[in-house]
Amino acid sequence: MVSVDELRGMIGKEAKVEVTQIEKGMIKKAAEAIGDPNPLWQDEKRARKTKYGGIIAPPGLLITAMMSGSRPEGSMPFQRLLAGGGEWEFLLPIRAGDVITSTTALADVYEREGKAGKMLFFIFETIHKNQLDEVVAKSRSTLINY
Amino acid sequence: MAKQLYWEDVADGSELTPIPKIATTQMLVKWAGASGDLNPAHYEDTFAAAQGLNRAFVQGQLKRAWLVQLVTTWIGDEGTLKKLSCQFRAVDWPRFMASLTDPKEGETWWCKGNATKKYVQDDEHLIDCDIWVENGKGEKTTPGKATVALPSRGKS
Repeated sequence: MVSVDELRGMIGKEAKVEVTQIEKGMIKKAAEAIGDPNPLWQDEKRARKTKYGGIIAPPGLLITAMMSGSRPEGSMPFQRLLAGGGEWEFLLPIRAGDVITSTTALADVYEREGKAGKMLFFIFETIHKNQLDEVVAKSRSTLINY
Repeated sequence: MAKQLYWEDVADGSELTPIPKIATTQMLVKWAGASGDLNPAHYEDTFAAAQGLNRAFVQGQLKRAWLVQLVTTWIGDEGTLKKLSCQFRAVDWPRFMASLTDPKEGETWWCKGNATKKYVQDDEHLIDCDIWVENGKGEKTTPGKATVALPSRGKS
């Protein structure tokens, strides 16, 4: 089995880049799935009158970049995987038409003894930039492998 | 939409307007499609059971999205969500569907929060909050924190 030290050797190296084209339909689908009627995500006419000047994406819409894209496949020694939580910093609004590039790197790995035996905690950090190369958000997520 | 919340309207301990949520198997599938997180543990019972988690369970990210809704609804159009974090501390299982559109009887979740700190930093009027999702038994399955900026009546 791969050791924690070997895994720690991947910190900062495992950068993965994912590009997401933000579309109105995608924002609407996400808002509908959540059950969030906020007009900022869906009502162009209403959103135009706000400080944003139009529809924006709900903060944290980019989850695939944070979750599925960020696993160093093959390097997690245990079979089970659970999301442990996350942190988001929102710096600029994300709009329909934006092209967001999310770059993820492994930030930390540590081991803990849980009820089910050894558990590995993987911390990933992602920087999200728009097409103007502005950082729109930063996120950290924890995946628990056990 | 409710009227705009101002920084001066909030005191330490002020409650964020709670939002009820009903997770259903249908909502989980919608979220899987919308988010692109296609982990079968959220729509295939046997897959979740093999992970020791009984049956398909609510995506942590969906609960995180509920918390974003809680905060962004409370702060209104002129507020800004600056930071949000949460921990997926306990697993939640969705209600089954009774018909194409309606859930069976069962658990209702609540998104709740309290303001914990009011301060001004770099000319922004900020509030820190504790936020959480609680299950039908009142247990906080998804605790977190948020920082928001609100408009101030002191500024034109």
